[in-house]
Amino acid sequence: MADIHLWGALRPAAGGASVVSVNAKTIRELFRKLAEDYPGMEPHIARGVAVSIDGKIYRDDWQRELPEGAEIYLLPRIQGG
Amino acid sequence: MASESTTAHPFEDAPNHVTPTVVHDPILTKTDFKSVGTRPLRPDGLDKVTGRARYGADFNLPGQLVGLVLRSPHAHAKIKKIDTSKAEKLAGVKAVITAADLPDHTAGDQSMYDILENCMARGIAKYDGHAVAAVAAVDAPTARAALKLIKVDYEILPHVTDVDEAVKPNAPLVNPKMFTEGVEPKPKKASNIAKRTEFGHGDVDAGFKDADVIVERSFRTEQTHQGYIEPHACVASVSPDGTGELWVCTQGHFVYRNHCAMLLGMEVSKLRVTSSEIGGGFGGKTHVWAEPVALALSRKANRPVKLTMSRDEVFRASGPTSATSIDVRIGAKKDGTIVAADATLRFSGGPYYGMWAELGAMTAFACYDLKNVRTVGYEVLVNRPKTAAYRAPSAPMAAFAVESVVDELAHKIGMNEVDFRIKNAAKQGTRASYGPVYGPIGIGATLEAAKKHPHMKAPLGKNQGRGMACGFWFNFGGQTCTDINVGPDGSVTLTVGTVDVGGSRASLALCVAEELGVPYEQVKCIVADTGTLGHNDMTDGSRGTFSSSMAGIFAARNAITVLRERAAKMWEISVEDVKWEDGHAKAVGSKYGNLAPLSLKEIAAAAGNTGGPVAGHSEIVADGAGVSFATHIADVEVDPETGRSKIVRYTVIQDAGKAVHPTYVEGQYQGGAAQGIGWALNEEYIYGKNGRLQNPGFLDYRIPVCSDLPMIDTQILEIPNPNHPYGVRGVGETSIVPPLAAIANAMSNAFGVRMTHVPMSPPRVLKALEAAQKG
Amino acid sequence: MGVLVTTTINGDTVEFACDPHESLLDVLRNRLGLSGAKEGCGTGDCGSCSVQVDGRVVCSCLVLGVEAEGREIETVEGLSTGTELHPLQTKFLEHAALQCGVCTPGFLMAAKALLEKNPDPTEEEIRFGLAGNLCRCTGYDKIVRAVQDAAKVMRG
Repeated sequence: MADIHLWGALRPAAGGASVVSVNAKTIRELFRKLAEDYPGMEPHIARGVAVSIDGKIYRDDWQRELPEGAEIYLLPRIQGG
Repeated sequence: MASESTTAHPFEDAPNHVTPTVVHDPILTKTDFKSVGTRPLRPDGLDKVTGRARYGADFNLPGQLVGLVLRSPHAHAKIKKIDTSKAEKLAGVKAVITAADLPDHTAGDQSMYDILENCMARGIAKYDGHAVAAVAAVDAPTARAALKLIKVDYEILPHVTDVDEAVKPNAPLVNPKMFTEGVEPKPKKASNIAKRTEFGHGDVDAGFKDADVIVERSFRTEQTHQGYIEPHACVASVSPDGTGELWVCTQGHFVYRNHCAMLLGMEVSKLRVTSSEIGGGFGGKTHVWAEPVALALSRKANRPVKLTMSRDEVFRASGPTSATSIDVRIGAKKDGTIVAADATLRFSGGPYYGMWAELGAMTAFACYDLKNVRTVGYEVLVNRPKTAAYRAPSAPMAAFAVESVVDELAHKIGMNEVDFRIKNAAKQGTRASYGPVYGPIGIGATLEAAKKHPHMKAPLGKNQGRGMACGFWFNFGGQTCTDINVGPDGSVTLTVGTVDVGGSRASLALCVAEELGVPYEQVKCIVADTGTLGHNDMTDGSRGTFSSSMAGIFAARNAITVLRERAAKMWEISVEDVKWEDGHAKAVGSKYGNLAPLSLKEIAAAAGNTGGPVAGHSEIVADGAGVSFATHIADVEVDPETGRSKIVRYTVIQDAGKAVHPTYVEGQYQGGAAQGIGWALNEEYIYGKNGRLQNPGFLDYRIPVCSDLPMIDTQILEIPNPNHPYGVRGVGETSIVPPLAAIANAMSNAFGVRMTHVPMSPPRVLKALEAAQKG
Repeated sequence: MGVLVTTTINGDTVEFACDPHESLLDVLRNRLGLSGAKEGCGTGDCGSCSVQVDGRVVCSCLVLGVEAEGREIETVEGLSTGTELHPLQTKFLEHAALQCGVCTPGFLMAAKALLEKNPDPTEEEIRFGLAGNLCRCTGYDKIVRAVQDAAKVMRG
């Protein structure tokens, strides 16, 4: 189980929780399970969510593994100019 | 090194084998450079000083028509009927289109639907300048006459253009189907607030209870435009067989291809998009505007169509940044430790859902190490053009508010503003206010450099003040695909898919020359069309040089694998006994002592007999872009009679990770600072009560000219990004972040006047000075 | 229809026919294939379309094509001699005085006119001399330095 930290816009979909536990080994699995467990997150995931694993931000890489004990933050998939 | 760890293939046994793409780790592997860090001439420079370079409007096709767009003069209006019959009958008119000619193919993708609707209004015009119809005719006079013959029956609806007005309970609704996202329970009443978002950690309320001093202020910033000198321009050609070509100025031709194909219902691979030289983008050319319209006109007319926007159209209908309204509250102990920080940010997005307040909320406090921090963002709909990214989107406004309060707080405590920032600066291991923990970062180093900089101690003249401020931008990487082809003479073509907005072809060639160990002049970098490479994300988020250099380095490593194989073949020895060094294959071990190293040129000359052309390829998702920090110092002189301000000295200090081509890194620092100075002092969208933009031209929307600015000093710091082979960080965006606050702080230091409304134009400054005098 | 115009462009005699309302910029770009001058605004505010007419720098978007009759026009395409670049071109390259480069033709023409009038301008004179040309990429720093350096070379 990994603790997943949510930014504010995702929290209503998790009943206000700022951290949820998900049993996932990769980013892809994480997104799938989040969408299953918290359907309200699905539109956000479809729009784009980035995953910070121990401070390194992954915007696209679904295969990236979530190491045991890593600190995982979900972030909006940012745009630039 | 990763490139040395691959297993060689038994060449003889598999004559047709394809050398597999080696998976490389994006980790820092090199700190000692020969090419990287030098300052050669750029490969596209000659064409640009001789007028030969071709930009969006410099391309033509045989039989090409002129396309023009009819735009709504109303801020908000129902389109009851569009009668195009008279325009269609005008001699020389070959096509007239409305939204009916752009059926919805977006299949539930709301952001693409918004772009479609922004390209051509669908039933409701949502801002002054919103496209409602378009024509293609044999020449411009005919097209102009045709526009006048299109009759649009509007029913004017109530409008709102101001970000603070739009959030009031009884404001006219920009989109009656918009219900605020991110709040629980889900609202039952529609609102102009598209989304609420929140970031932060700790207990902010408890933090404020510990504070000895609290500063709280509200700020406003007005809407600005990216102001690229080249208006949007394209030539579109669609054939009846469903194939098409598009020549266009864009920051991302692959993205334009994908957008256009979806919006036109075309197959992606049948639309070939070539990016022209681009005359500036700064975020404004990151998604499509008139290109789908040009394609739809071409499809209907069965002729190529050239469509260029006028400057008026650029201002009214393309890409401004958000107007904002921001409240900031920060509390600190007497010893200078910030104990709590809170911000509420309202950012306008035009008529559409955006992530602009969200980006502001993420970046606002990113420079600081805070135990208790909270930011709340509200995305606000208004009847203005669809907001587009503008260089470090949303960060300048958030930094204006936060850095102004930080300065004020420092002074209230009685601390020097640099020392106060150094005390609270984020460092490696700090939890960023937006969530993750930082790796190695440069905010502290830029502050220390600012403290030591001679600018800080230089004397000030009469009516002059000095201010400083910090800035942050994330940077990102993304999808990138790159080819290296070695010619029969050993010269190298580096083919990239990221548009070169300011000299990146030189930087990318430097990186590949470095990796191959050959001179810069031996590598020619080109930007390929969409038919040539796999998808590349845009040049945005400061990713162009970061990601394409990474892909280029990996492609070079793959090419080196091939070159070693070929050398082994030429020597008839095992590939494991061949290493690549200084641009040559060298046989390893004393038994090969008599083998002279083989140059790239020699291996290339024999390529036809050792397996065919030598190439390297790489496709990656370049994650791990290092965050970027800057500190700016500004000296401002204010004329107390007129309120006019002038920047008399300016210094930019920024971490580049590794400056690949330092001259162009300096150029990014200087250009961003200049845009920030324009934003701080002059630039502003002004709307009338009728909801129409009052200043859609460079005469009344005044960007800085040469005589407005001093030389802009730069200091490049190099704190290597551990997630790039050469330590490179993006450098393009951060420099626009600090100027607004640095200048406001300078004015405060000079006159004791705290400016809270950007731009700090002469009337606003004069008013503030007069108010301060009255006490 | 159209008016026949005879003029000199970059030293060559050129004849063209244009509509009476057509700008010199449109004539250069659309009729003569000289697309070095750019249209950034069409209202004389950005200077991207700067050319010289009888030695004076003008915004070609504010000049009519028919006004070219009997005049000598110089555009960026005529700046270099054979393969030899004008010192301003060389110095713009060396100093990286361009990023996107779309304003560069206009800046080169304006700087040329400035240095012809004032071969040894101060920084301030350069800044005011080029104030009719907009650049959004560079912050002007490297442009001013390139012009200073070119002026030095041209003075010999």
